[in-house]
Amino acid sequence: MEQRKEFQNYTVNFGPQHPAAHGVLRLLLELDGEVVERADPHIGLLHRGTEKLLEHKTYLQGLPYWDRLDYMSMMSQEHTWVLAVEKLLGVVAPPRAQFIRTIFAELTRILNHLLFIGAHGLDVGAMTMFIYCFREREAILDMYEAVSGARMHAAYFRPGGVAKDLPEGLVEKIRAFAEDFPSRIDEYETLLTNNRIWKQRLVDVGVVTAEAALDLGFVGPMLRGSGIAYDLRKAEPYDAYDQVDFDIPVGKNGDSYDRYLVRVEELRQSTRIITQCLDKMPEGDVKLPNFKISIPRREDMHSGMESLIGHFKLVSEGFSVPPGEVYLATESPKGELGVYLISQGGAKPYRARIRSAGFNHLQALKTILPGHMIADVTTIVGTIDIVFGEIDR
Amino acid sequence: MKREKLDRLEQEVTARLAGLATERLADALVIHVGVLQLLQTMTRLRDDIAFDFKLLVDLAGVHYPERAVPFELVYQLLSVHKNHRIRVKVPVTEGELVPSIAGIWSSADWYEREAYDMFGILFSGHSDLRRILNDYDFHGYPLRKDFPVTGLVESRYDEQRGMVVKEPVRLGREDREPYRRFP
Repeated sequence: MEQRKEFQNYTVNFGPQHPAAHGVLRLLLELDGEVVERADPHIGLLHRGTEKLLEHKTYLQGLPYWDRLDYMSMMSQEHTWVLAVEKLLGVVAPPRAQFIRTIFAELTRILNHLLFIGAHGLDVGAMTMFIYCFREREAILDMYEAVSGARMHAAYFRPGGVAKDLPEGLVEKIRAFAEDFPSRIDEYETLLTNNRIWKQRLVDVGVVTAEAALDLGFVGPMLRGSGIAYDLRKAEPYDAYDQVDFDIPVGKNGDSYDRYLVRVEELRQSTRIITQCLDKMPEGDVKLPNFKISIPRREDMHSGMESLIGHFKLVSEGFSVPPGEVYLATESPKGELGVYLISQGGAKPYRARIRSAGFNHLQALKTILPGHMIADVTTIVGTIDIVFGEIDR
Repeated sequence: MKREKLDRLEQEVTARLAGLATERLADALVIHVGVLQLLQTMTRLRDDIAFDFKLLVDLAGVHYPERAVPFELVYQLLSVHKNHRIRVKVPVTEGELVPSIAGIWSSADWYEREAYDMFGILFSGHSDLRRILNDYDFHGYPLRKDFPVTGLVESRYDEQRGMVVKEPVRLGREDREPYRRFP
């Protein structure tokens, strides 16, 4: 008689050193044949204790830590922090600074979505995308460098405005980029959008209904991919977003393909926003003329004692923030990035809780993955667009 | 949030959730809930059409060592359809069991694990209350105010034993000289 053997489910460790794990994701997959039965993401391998560190830094010193949260969309993270601090201080940045921040927040969105398309393409097998996308990323990183001196961790947004005004020639450069970029998006789309392999790998993979998306705490393109038109730039406009015109793309089926389309459309909308901001940007100060909060002008420091003392006090002791608490969120490229900031007076926050979008998206893996083939795991990990800096904080 | 919107929300809260303390901040509405009413209130906030808080945005723990009730859980709720937010605060004493709201919003699962990991707040009815961000063998609760920012232990590779060992943090430099180990 033929001997029958009983096979049990087996467990696979996906990551933390897996090229498709987007960093340090350790995913325990329980497989039945090639079908995922259970998924258990283990995170924390990049935990740096940012929340604890922020409690021990002044508000200005805390700012660069935000670049390092989601290290693929740096200035968007700063945006949340500076807006939260400004709200606690009860100040509003001058209009030109608001426009500059909006422009750079949108450039950052392009930066992030380019990485998403590139890396997602790489996961699924479209090698060329990565190289195409990095070509344009390089152009934006050059703008980062022009404006702040750093290609990635810019620390350019400051409470009360931005660090410096745009250097000469950058406006034209950004405008040229914004004019040229839609044709580049068309180029990406000819490679992917109607590509048969791309569609076979993405359509109907990782479907999340609108109700499930809310239950799982999705935000940003993940929520919009499931058909809910919620965008903080429209819902709670900050900086110059109420002065520009743009559309919110929404998915229909809530699958990976829809989320890809939503992000591609967001690239186009971001370009629109940038062009409008460049047209409308007024002249004027780029930081608050209140030098109790923003760093005094360099030329004043050379001649005036007060400015020099003010500068010294600001960078050593920091500015005092009145007691209070605020929850402030901005639409970062990955979704709602919030900070719950409690001040008890003084120069350091009492508690700064970072609410990152990727955290919820990643924990949804344990709900989305079961029932999918193991080959779809990379698609789904790619579609949620994770960066471990913001998940592990 | 706009003032009129907050006014309307405040009216709804006082009308439909009688007996709860509300607090009005400049741009937010806070309700204070005891541990015992938490589940009931949260379910109401999600299901009542006047509130419609379908999305749990955040759960933050805060440590106030000088208070009689030293911990506070702060839940941020959002309604994407009505576009309003509310903040729910729950005071928690050391070792007290807080009912898990993972049954109301699945996203609470990891948030509660994080609150446990960082503050040692315990949740009842949570299916999987493990550490999440800290190491598997971590001791202590790092976001408590009495936890030093340098941490308590540091790890290094011990050549004699051939393994990574953990020792109390020493901030002196003499044992960290990297070249001395090589002849």
